[in-house]
Amino acid sequence: MNSTPNPASRNPKDLYAGLIYIAIGVAAIYIGRELPMGTALQMGPAYFPTVLGGLLAFIGLISLLRSFLRSGMPIDSFAWRPLLIIVGATLVFGLLVRGAGLIVALPLFVLMTAFASTQFRWVPSLALAAATTVFCAVVFVVGLGVPLRLLGRWFGG
Amino acid sequence: MELITNLGLGLQTALTLTNLLYCLLGVFLGTLIGVLPGLGPTATIAMLLPITFGLPPVSALIMLAGIYYGSQYGGSTTAILVNLPGEAASVVTALDGYQMARQGHAGKALATAAIASFFAGTVATVLIALFAPPLAAVALEFGPADYFSLMVLGLVAAVILAQGSLLHAFGMVVLGLLLGLIGTDVNSGAARYTFDLPQLADGIGFVIVAMGMFGLGEIIRNLEHEGTRSLMVKKIEGLMPTREDFKRIWAPIVRGTALGSLLGILPGSGSILGSFASYSLEKRVAKEPSRFGKGAIEGVAGPESANNAGAQTSFIPMLTLGIPSNPVMALMIGAMIIQGIQPGPSVITEQPALFWGIIVSMWIGNLFLIVLNLPLIGLWVRLIMVPYNYLYPVILVFCGIGVFSLNNSDFDILLMALFGFLGYVFAKLDCEPAPMLLGFILGPLMEEYLRRALIIGRGDASVFITSPISGAMLLLAVVAMAFVLMPAIRTKRAEAFQEEA
Repeated sequence: MNSTPNPASRNPKDLYAGLIYIAIGVAAIYIGRELPMGTALQMGPAYFPTVLGGLLAFIGLISLLRSFLRSGMPIDSFAWRPLLIIVGATLVFGLLVRGAGLIVALPLFVLMTAFASTQFRWVPSLALAAATTVFCAVVFVVGLGVPLRLLGRWFGG
Repeated sequence: MELITNLGLGLQTALTLTNLLYCLLGVFLGTLIGVLPGLGPTATIAMLLPITFGLPPVSALIMLAGIYYGSQYGGSTTAILVNLPGEAASVVTALDGYQMARQGHAGKALATAAIASFFAGTVATVLIALFAPPLAAVALEFGPADYFSLMVLGLVAAVILAQGSLLHAFGMVVLGLLLGLIGTDVNSGAARYTFDLPQLADGIGFVIVAMGMFGLGEIIRNLEHEGTRSLMVKKIEGLMPTREDFKRIWAPIVRGTALGSLLGILPGSGSILGSFASYSLEKRVAKEPSRFGKGAIEGVAGPESANNAGAQTSFIPMLTLGIPSNPVMALMIGAMIIQGIQPGPSVITEQPALFWGIIVSMWIGNLFLIVLNLPLIGLWVRLIMVPYNYLYPVILVFCGIGVFSLNNSDFDILLMALFGFLGYVFAKLDCEPAPMLLGFILGPLMEEYLRRALIIGRGDASVFITSPISGAMLLLAVVAMAFVLMPAIRTKRAEAFQEEA
């Protein structure tokens, strides 16, 4: 067993997972307060989520406590570059696809995501972006009739 | 001879030209996407699901089932040729399959995988035809309390069979149940956890969660270990196993099929466990266990048949109870609901043509796989050779457009990005996404059955124990949970998911 340098918690995976469970569980109960609980006979909309939120927070608490008692492996380092680029590019695509249209959002999406690779090169990536855009425009928009504009309303499409 | 009549009806449905075509197309597309490195069946089906929306229900489900086996077979191909398993079950195939490929026996390994899968698929199809109808008949007697307890049992089994930590599998199930409740409460019409966003009023689509956590999450993880992949073989020769090989593989195939069929019915990672179990069994009964990990053909035949048998029998709980046992079946249920079919035990009596058509098409799909894949192996090899850095942006584009086309909503693309992020973070914390997805699909169902059961029981929770079926299932769940919590069993459980290479 590896011992982590942190003297207090010996299992960072249990620690952080526990904290996430507690946060979500408590949030579920807290937000659920606005809704009627009802009774067991007439369960209100808040009944089941409150029970589940409590259960999740309880599991989180066990995980948290366990992290101080039982040692575990450290968390692998995060690959921030692909994580942020892929998630960010997807967000940008989602935000642009209607307003700017497919022939703007899609090549941008391909280029941005391709940039996440350590083997990124401009020329093949540009070619890939162009080819993918043409393929998607023909197959999805023209062929399968996905209601996406080629040029969005920002460009008068 | 009701079975013959039923199978006849199934043949009538499955053998129409349209359905044959969709089955073929599904198998082909499934293999095409499944062969791409790092994409498992869940991501593949989630990605291809939107293209089945426009089809009639039978054709759509036949095509989806085809996509499922196709993607599994594609995953094995990649595992054998480049040692890049797209899903946990192919990890085992890669152990000896890749070694066989390195020794110049790639063709033989691929053919063995295909033959083992076909045999297992045939047997499992017969098993479904035999056991699904009586099971569905029993399930028709189930009341709300029984259904609720059945789901509890299913989730407990999913937790037990999940890879890694029990506690985190449990946590992910509950998290999934909670996320499944987002949206409008069907009973009161109250908006729950929607943060006043109208896009969340109908809840979060399960395809979005699956695509985010499995599709995006997996791509980010693959980019982490980006390296050059070396394809062992440029040309694949010597496809057919020799007489000698057949002598070696028939027994592992039979044992693998039996193990896989049995474990596949269990919820959670049952079908994954099948290939692991088959591998260690073959190693144990082998005369020279030292050959394993160095290109033993039995190490490909056994797990591949177990894998495919399990994939097939996991349809049993889905078709008879309407309860998904794994994320792939959750996607299937979702597809049924989109097609306007309420999954459950009544499907078999109300839509016999659909039910038996799907079953017969399973066998036809397996036949297509063996006929299609061995001659097309050159095409798959070329696909695998496409460098990953050109491949994944295109996969992401398909995910993006696929998610958009579900509800024509750009908001769903943003949600998918969020779940991609969450999927990556949870994977880093050793929290498996599969139990979460299972909880996600069962959340609203469980709440509904809990509500109904409590109304029938006049608010008294003892209905769950006084009903014999429900009580027995809860007892089983408690016993199973207590059993795995025993220290000795815990170590065994951890070992079961380790490939003893």
